[in-house]
Amino acid sequence: MSKEIIRLKDCTVAFDDEVILDNINLYFNDKEFLTLLGPSGCGKTTTLRLIGGFLKPTSGDVLFNGVRVNDVPPHKRKVNTIFQKYALFPHLDVFENVAFGLRIAKLSESEIRTRVMEMLEIVSLKGFQHRKVTSLSGGQQQRVAIARALVNRPKVLLLDEPLGALDLRLRKDMQIELKRIQQAMDITFIYVTHDQEEALAMSDTIVVMDKGKIQQIGTPEQVYNEPKNAFVADFIGESNILDGIMIEDYVVEIFGRKFRCIDKGFAPREPVDVVIRPEDIEIVEPQKGRLSGTVTSVTFKGVHYDVIVDFKGFKWLIQTTKFHYVGEEIGINIGPEQIHIMKKSEYSGKFGDYSSYSEEYEKITSEDWEDETEDEEDEA
Amino acid sequence: MRRRYLAAVPHVIWMAVFVVVPLILVVIYAFTSATGGFTLENFKNMGSYMNVFVRSLWLAFLATIICLLIGYPLSYVLSKEGPGMQRVFIMLIMLPMWINFLLRTYAWMSILENTGLINRLLSSLGIFNLINRIFGTNITYIPLINTQGAVVLGMVYNYLPFMVLPIYSVIVKIDPSLIEAAQDLGAGSFTVFRRVILPLSLPGVLSGITMVFVPAVSTFIISKLLGGGTSILLGDLIEMQFLGNAYNPHLGSAISLIMMIIIMICMYVMNKFGEGEEQAVIM
Repeated sequence: MSKEIIRLKDCTVAFDDEVILDNINLYFNDKEFLTLLGPSGCGKTTTLRLIGGFLKPTSGDVLFNGVRVNDVPPHKRKVNTIFQKYALFPHLDVFENVAFGLRIAKLSESEIRTRVMEMLEIVSLKGFQHRKVTSLSGGQQQRVAIARALVNRPKVLLLDEPLGALDLRLRKDMQIELKRIQQAMDITFIYVTHDQEEALAMSDTIVVMDKGKIQQIGTPEQVYNEPKNAFVADFIGESNILDGIMIEDYVVEIFGRKFRCIDKGFAPREPVDVVIRPEDIEIVEPQKGRLSGTVTSVTFKGVHYDVIVDFKGFKWLIQTTKFHYVGEEIGINIGPEQIHIMKKSEYSGKFGDYSSYSEEYEKITSEDWEDETEDEEDEA
Repeated sequence: MRRRYLAAVPHVIWMAVFVVVPLILVVIYAFTSATGGFTLENFKNMGSYMNVFVRSLWLAFLATIICLLIGYPLSYVLSKEGPGMQRVFIMLIMLPMWINFLLRTYAWMSILENTGLINRLLSSLGIFNLINRIFGTNITYIPLINTQGAVVLGMVYNYLPFMVLPIYSVIVKIDPSLIEAAQDLGAGSFTVFRRVILPLSLPGVLSGITMVFVPAVSTFIISKLLGGGTSILLGDLIEMQFLGNAYNPHLGSAISLIMMIIIMICMYVMNKFGEGEEQAVIM
């Protein structure tokens, strides 16, 4: 059984009157890969800075192993951080960058040597020890930053968007690399990212945040398959989010038609948000479907086609491996397991409509690719 | 392609006429006698000016060290202040430079004189009476002006901005995340300073030292006005050879040449010392 090592208790952070973190309660288990996931300015970096000790909560407590550490400065905390832009020391070579923490701990020269070389081997930078850090590529600098943090054998490693500055290919490689290192070193990783794919691929636990609040905590499967509200459903993967009415347990009404589902526990005739993932919709002949609509746009994505279908003015995104032409009439079927019911929230009606499909995609793409400098400024 | 160099032409002409030609003239003068023949005579007497050389270098060294001791902490503290505060302080540091150099130095004269501001203040506070009563002396002032201390003070006062500005501009550019990274790796504030801030600010320190030391070595008006001729410096010595009674431009050129060489050696050593730090500035 994994044990809890860090806890944030009722943590609020506010600058002037702006609330950055709103009463966060969160605990971190030993040896866990936990990801704080959310858009720019959601408070994820602030949360990390609370744990690192670079920021004190306006109210609430930070506990390490049950001991309050609010007033413990960063250099006395047994956690290490990998910073967004690496923050390598430009005046030191690779070896000295990695040895920095060990020298401060006043280890013997021979032990420093062994541990640094061992660490450089783990991050595949053997032979680079005398290189200037400024002469390294982004990926290599990233590895030096990882080595510099891990060589101190921390119990917890904090990672602030560590892959944000790398290109897609390198990012994918480093994801696997980081996961491997985490498992090999057997320590806790607290990982901050705005990239949902990264979060799903690496994490044991995902904490979805927005507007300084925790929206959902769960395993990658849980947050994907059972999002708590429209924000989570939209942020993690693609979702069609529809207005529905819960007729009774296991029956939901969408567009005036009743669908069987597997959710229960709602009040009779309670308005709800219904999530249907684009890959879970089965396309059939118009007369054989529960609903029918017209294809308005088709985009080839490699593995599948993104098809936008107009159902009575509400546009859905459907992902299919078969080609459909624009203007084609199609019918759809949805299995009970593919329908996920959520309670109405402040996010209802804001997400999950593909009427402005192209704009939405642009938004998503730019969020994925833009460096999170904005985020940093917001939260610094 | 060639056209681009046209923009450099005025500067090149300017440098040639006002820098390179005079330099050549200095070299020629230094190696010739009044009659025009080649001679090493001018350098033979250099030994008798050894004390001036030593004094100039020593006072300039003192002034540089004091500027560094005042300037570094000042720059460091300043860089931690808010942007508004920083602007105000930079203004305050620059402010004296808007006033004529001579005027500033004259102002110091009236402060330091035997009947100047400080002595009158001490006198009116009854300090001298007190001292005289205790020690049985009979002093009416403390000699402040016409001392080497006054010369160093004048140098520090005039050249401090040249120390503060380069150091400040380097420190202010140090990425705050480097400091956080050092803290994260276990460095307390002193260690952060010693292992990160100090080495990264070294290029600023080196250029500050150069910018204070070089003019301080060759200054003449400060020592003339505040030193009162008691402590002749290289600048004064050279001035005397060209404008004073001792008129001898050949000797003056020789002294200038030696001074130039000393300064070049100093700068070379400094640059050697700071090698490899350049990248730190760029980052």
